[in-house]
Amino acid sequence: MKKYKSLFIAAAGIGLMIVGIYRQEVVVLYEKAIHICLECVGIG
Amino acid sequence: MKKKRTFIQLLATALTNGYVLGFTKGKIYQGDLKKICVPGLNCYSCPGALGSCPIGSLQAVLGSRNYRFSFYMLGFFMLVGALLGRAVCGFLCPFGLLQDLLYKIPFFKKVKNLPGHKYLIYLKYVILVVFVILMPLIFVDIIGQGSPWFCKLICPAGTLEGGWTLALLSPEIRESIGWLFTWKSFILIGILILSMGVYRPFCKYVCPLGGIYGLFNPIAFYRISIDEEKCTKCSVCRKACPMDIPVYETPNSRECIRCGECKAACPHQAIKIGFGGGRNDK
Repeated sequence: MKKYKSLFIAAAGIGLMIVGIYRQEVVVLYEKAIHICLECVGIG
Repeated sequence: MKKKRTFIQLLATALTNGYVLGFTKGKIYQGDLKKICVPGLNCYSCPGALGSCPIGSLQAVLGSRNYRFSFYMLGFFMLVGALLGRAVCGFLCPFGLLQDLLYKIPFFKKVKNLPGHKYLIYLKYVILVVFVILMPLIFVDIIGQGSPWFCKLICPAGTLEGGWTLALLSPEIRESIGWLFTWKSFILIGILILSMGVYRPFCKYVCPLGGIYGLFNPIAFYRISIDEEKCTKCSVCRKACPMDIPVYETPNSRECIRCGECKAACPHQAIKIGFGGGRNDK
């Protein structure tokens, strides 16, 4: 039973990621990740 | 198991931070792989980072003026959580590896937990809700953008992988250092020193990513199962567990990082770890 629950959550996760890609959330994430994050390194 | 796990940890750290040019030039990788999150806590401002940090990415989307919710990150956590749970902490997180190595350094006294452990383990959920989710959503600037408050005020992985490394490599970064860098360095040094005496204090009490994956431990494919016929509830597994879990009672506790110490210590071979919980899962 647990196996099916895990499978459902993993499949739902993939589905939500696709929704996120469609909403172009990845663009925001990518823009943040390719520039030095001044907050992360402790400057800004 | 110990050596195998250390090998996987080293390999994961090398793979996720494999942009060698970054270390030589003091610049960060800007290729398409940065669109993908790595499973562990790995600052995307580390010169070697080839992917994005899940906690940094969640804050980036929540703090963006265009989005107040991240389907992409929720989906990512559900997918990785359902597959591995906190095995990510035990096998794939570079900051987890660092704490493991520091704990191996001979120290006058090793303790498993800090005083107040049973309450302190909930601190990571407070940090997740307050610093990772609410603050980037609430405290926004005049154009509606929030800051990654966990990264900014707390994250020692970012200070080490991004801050200290870039400060060493880049004169511009060195010139910009101020009070925030000092504060974050203070937190990092504190955690590094603490890690020599206490097993993985950051993972136990602070890491919001471990908190998220922990929620999936009870249902994750990669899990522990107990053979009830062999188990005598002798508690040897709890004594061996560096996360101090009574494995025979709660084999899939939110705190378990799947290090396998319990399995190695069990005198009755009653513990199985693996996808589907080894052969014992019912």
